[in-house]
Amino acid sequence: MAKLPAPTELAATSKAIFPRANSNGTGWMNTKPVFKPGSYCYPAKAETLRTLGMPNPHDWSPEAEDWNLPDGWERIIHDAFADRLKKYRSLKLFMETCVRCGACADKCHFFLGTGDPKNMPVLRAELLRSVYRKDFTAVGRLLGKAGGGRSLDPDVVKEWFYYFYQCTECRRCALFCPFGIDTAEITMIARELLLEVGLGTNWIMDPVYNCNRTGNHLGIQPQAFKEIVEMLCEDVETVTGIAINPPFNEKGHEVLFIAPSGDVFAEPGIYTFMGYLMLFHEIGLDYTLSTYASEGGNFGLFSSAALLKKLNAKMYAEAERLGSGWILGGECGHMARVINQYMNTMNGPAPKTMVTPVNPVTGTRFENASSTKVVHIAEFTADLVRHGKLNLAPSRNDHLTVTFHDSCNPARAMGLLEEPREILRAVCNNFVEMPENTIRERTFCCGAGSGLNTDEIMELRMRSGMPRGNALRHVQLTRGVNMLSCICALDRATLPPLADYWAPGVGVCGLHELVANALVMKGEGRRVMDLRQEDLPGVNDGGDPDRCSRPEGTEAEA
Amino acid sequence: MAAAFLFVLGTGVLSLALYALGMTFFLGVVLPYAAVLVFAVGCIRRIVCWAASPVPFPIALTGGQQKSLPWIRQAEFEAPSSGLHIAGRLFLDIVLFRPLLRNSRAETLDTPEGMRLVYWPSRWLWLFAILFHYALLVILIRHLRFFIEPVPACIRALEFFDTLMRIGSPAAFLSGPIVVAALFLLLLRRLYDPKLRYISLAGDYFPLFLLLAVALSGIFLRYWGRTDIASVKALTMGLVTFSPAVPAGIGAAFYLHTTFVAALLICFPFSKLMHAAGVLLSPTRNTAANSREFRHTNPWNGPTRYRTYAEYEDEFRGAMAEAGLPLEKEPGPAGAE
Repeated sequence: MAKLPAPTELAATSKAIFPRANSNGTGWMNTKPVFKPGSYCYPAKAETLRTLGMPNPHDWSPEAEDWNLPDGWERIIHDAFADRLKKYRSLKLFMETCVRCGACADKCHFFLGTGDPKNMPVLRAELLRSVYRKDFTAVGRLLGKAGGGRSLDPDVVKEWFYYFYQCTECRRCALFCPFGIDTAEITMIARELLLEVGLGTNWIMDPVYNCNRTGNHLGIQPQAFKEIVEMLCEDVETVTGIAINPPFNEKGHEVLFIAPSGDVFAEPGIYTFMGYLMLFHEIGLDYTLSTYASEGGNFGLFSSAALLKKLNAKMYAEAERLGSGWILGGECGHMARVINQYMNTMNGPAPKTMVTPVNPVTGTRFENASSTKVVHIAEFTADLVRHGKLNLAPSRNDHLTVTFHDSCNPARAMGLLEEPREILRAVCNNFVEMPENTIRERTFCCGAGSGLNTDEIMELRMRSGMPRGNALRHVQLTRGVNMLSCICALDRATLPPLADYWAPGVGVCGLHELVANALVMKGEGRRVMDLRQEDLPGVNDGGDPDRCSRPEGTEAEA
Repeated sequence: MAAAFLFVLGTGVLSLALYALGMTFFLGVVLPYAAVLVFAVGCIRRIVCWAASPVPFPIALTGGQQKSLPWIRQAEFEAPSSGLHIAGRLFLDIVLFRPLLRNSRAETLDTPEGMRLVYWPSRWLWLFAILFHYALLVILIRHLRFFIEPVPACIRALEFFDTLMRIGSPAAFLSGPIVVAALFLLLLRRLYDPKLRYISLAGDYFPLFLLLAVALSGIFLRYWGRTDIASVKALTMGLVTFSPAVPAGIGAAFYLHTTFVAALLICFPFSKLMHAAGVLLSPTRNTAANSREFRHTNPWNGPTRYRTYAEYEDEFRGAMAEAGLPLEKEPGPAGAE
C-alpha cells in the first residue's frame, strides 16, 4: 500500500478542476482516466470467474494498454446492454430522463473527495448514457458527438471500469434527483456489463466465490466457524462470567440468526457478535446459527443480479431445512437492502414452514416483515428496549460519547432510522448526532461500500470517506465524540482506518456491542471490563458500574 | 451551445422565408398538424415503451422513517407503504419539486481546526424551475382561449389574475416576462456554474433557446406584432374543428411564433423534455417501501441455482463430524476421505 498523503494535503487536492470543455459540451469525452497503483481495485482472477461459471474469464491488468478483451466484445456488451434495457425500466428511464440539472453533482462523496468531474453522478451516468444514445436511439446516431453520443471503444470500457468502481451504490444522489434517477442502479448494471467481458475485481469476486462454497465471504469452513464463535463465547465468559453455548445447524429452533460474517472474524465486529449472543442468551431466544448460511452480506449485490440471487438463496433454503419459523438478521448494511428489496422477489415466497415473525419476549408481531419473514436486529432490539424487557446500565458506556453513522442501505433502501437511535438512547447516556446533512437519509457513505473496502485503494477510500470523516471530526471537536457506532459490518471494517485518518482518537463499534456492555445479565459476575476487555468507567475509583439505570418511561422486568 | 443557438435561429429564418414565399397554408395548417401529430405519437410511444418495461425489483428510495414498530412514526411520503402514500409522494415531488427543495451546496471552508465541509441550503434551482414551469402552465392555459369558443370563464378569470398589475395596453400578462426571466436564469446558471457548464450538452441548451424563442416571439406578437386577433382565432378554430383555412391579415410574427412552437412540439418526444413523463414512472419514487410485507414479483425471475446444503455437507462432512456439528448424513467408514 502506498503511503497516504497527510489529511490536509489530501483535502487541499479535493477541489474540482474542470478541463476546458469545447463548445459542444462534450469535452469530458476527451479526458481519459489514468490507471496507476491506488486508483483501481485489483482484477478478479480468471480462475475465480471460471469456477463461478462467469463468461469470458481472462488475465488482464488495468495498467496495460490492452485488456485482452474477448473476441467480439463490442457485440457482447451491446447485446447485454440491450438485454438489460428490456429487463429494467429503471435503466431505460434513467438513460432518458436526465436533464443534467446538476442537483446530484456535489452530493457524491467520491466527487467531494476526489474533485474528479466524472465522479459527479450525472457524469458517471453519462458514461453509459453516451453509449446508449449512439447505440440505441435514432437521434443519438444522427447527431453523434454533438448530441452527446459516442461509440463503444476500449477506452470507454476502461473508463467504465474506473468510474463504476468509484461508486459505492449509496444512492445519496438519487435522494436529491428531481426524477429519482438512481446511480446505484446504473452502476450495478454497468458492472454487470463489464463482467460479461470478464472484467471484475478481486475484492468482490473472491468473496462471491467463498460465499458460494463455504457459506460466508471469508471462506471460513464450518468447523472453523464453530471454533471462532466458541472462542468469542469464551471471551464473553471472561467478561460476564456467563457461559454461552450457541447452537449450530440445529433443527427445530424458532429463529435462524444470520449475521454478516465480518462480525465473526474481525475487530471491532467480533464485539458486536458477542453482543448478539449475550442478548439472545439473556432473553432466552430459541435460535440457531448456521454455518451453511453464515453470511448475511452478499457481494452478489455488487456484481450481478444472478450472483445476488444465487448467494441469497441459501437463507430461505437453510431456514426451511432447519425448520426455523423466521430469520433474524444481524447488523449489516447491504444485507438489509438485499433482504428488504431483493430476497423475497428473487427467492421467495418464503418457505411454507416459516411464519410471520413475533418477538417471543414482547409478543410484538412484525407485520412489516410478514411476507419476507426476516427481521432486522435493530427492529428486534428496539422492541425489547421499548417494552422494558432489558435490564440496562447505560452508565457502563459513560466513558463514551457516541455518535451514529447511518449506513447507506438501511437509510435509503429501507428507512431504518429511528430504531437504532431508540436503542442508542437506551444504552448510553451520551449520544450526539453529526450535522444534519450527513445523517439519516442524507447520510454519507463510509467511502468504501459496494465492495470497495480493499486496501489497495486506501487513498481513494480516504478521499471518498472525507465527507463522513469531516462530519465525524466536527463532532469530535465540538461535542467530544469518541465513539462512532454503526449497524454495518462493512462499516466496522472501513470506518476504523477512516476515523484514524480524519478523526484520530474516535473508535468504531457496532450497536450491539454497546447494548451488550450496558446489558445487566441474570447471574452475571461483577463487570469490570467491557467486551474489549478494557476497564469499565468507575472501576478503579471505587464507583459502582453495575448500578443500573433504566431508560425513562420504561419498566424493567425484575 | 453555438450549434443549438444556430439551430433555433435557423428555424426562425426558415419561417420568415416561407412566409415571404407566401407559403402560409404550410405554416398555418400543415406544420401545426404535423407537429401535433409527431408530438402526440412520439410522446405516447415513449411513455408506453417505458410503462411496458418491467420493474423487476422494488427499489423504492426511502427518504425517511420506514413503517416498522407501531410507536415509531412513519414518514409516509418519504417511505410510502400504501398507494395513497405513493400518490402523496409523487404529488409533492411533481407539484412542489420537493427533491429540489432539499438541495444543498457543498463548500469547503478553511477553519483554524482545518478544512471543513459545509452544506448550505441551495434553492435557486428550485426557484427558477418552479417559476418557469408554473408560468408556462399559466401561458398554456391562457392559450386555450384560441381553441375554445366561447372562451370559458375560468380562462377569463386566469387572465384577470395574470394581468393583475394592469401595466400597459393591452394589459401585460405577468406570466410572459416570468417565463423569459426564468429561462434566462436557468441558462445563466448553466453557464455560470463550472460543474454545469462541464456536463451540459447541446441538447441542454437547445430547449432553453427554443423556449426563449417561443416566449419572446409570443410577447412580440401580443404587444408589437399588430396581428388581427379575430383572424388568428379563425385560423386556430379552423384547425381544431378540422376545417382548416388561412384567413388574410395574419402577419409574419404570428407564423414565426407558431413555427417555434411547432419545432418545440416536434423535438419534445425525442429530447430531455420527456422528463415531464419520466418522473411519474421512476421506480425509486413510485414503488412502495413495503417489500417485506408484500411480495413484489419479477416477471423475468429465472430459476434459482445455488449450492445446496447437501453439496456443502458433502464437501465438509468429515470436518463437520469431527467438530460435532449436526449432519444430515453420517459419514460412512470412508467418511474421512
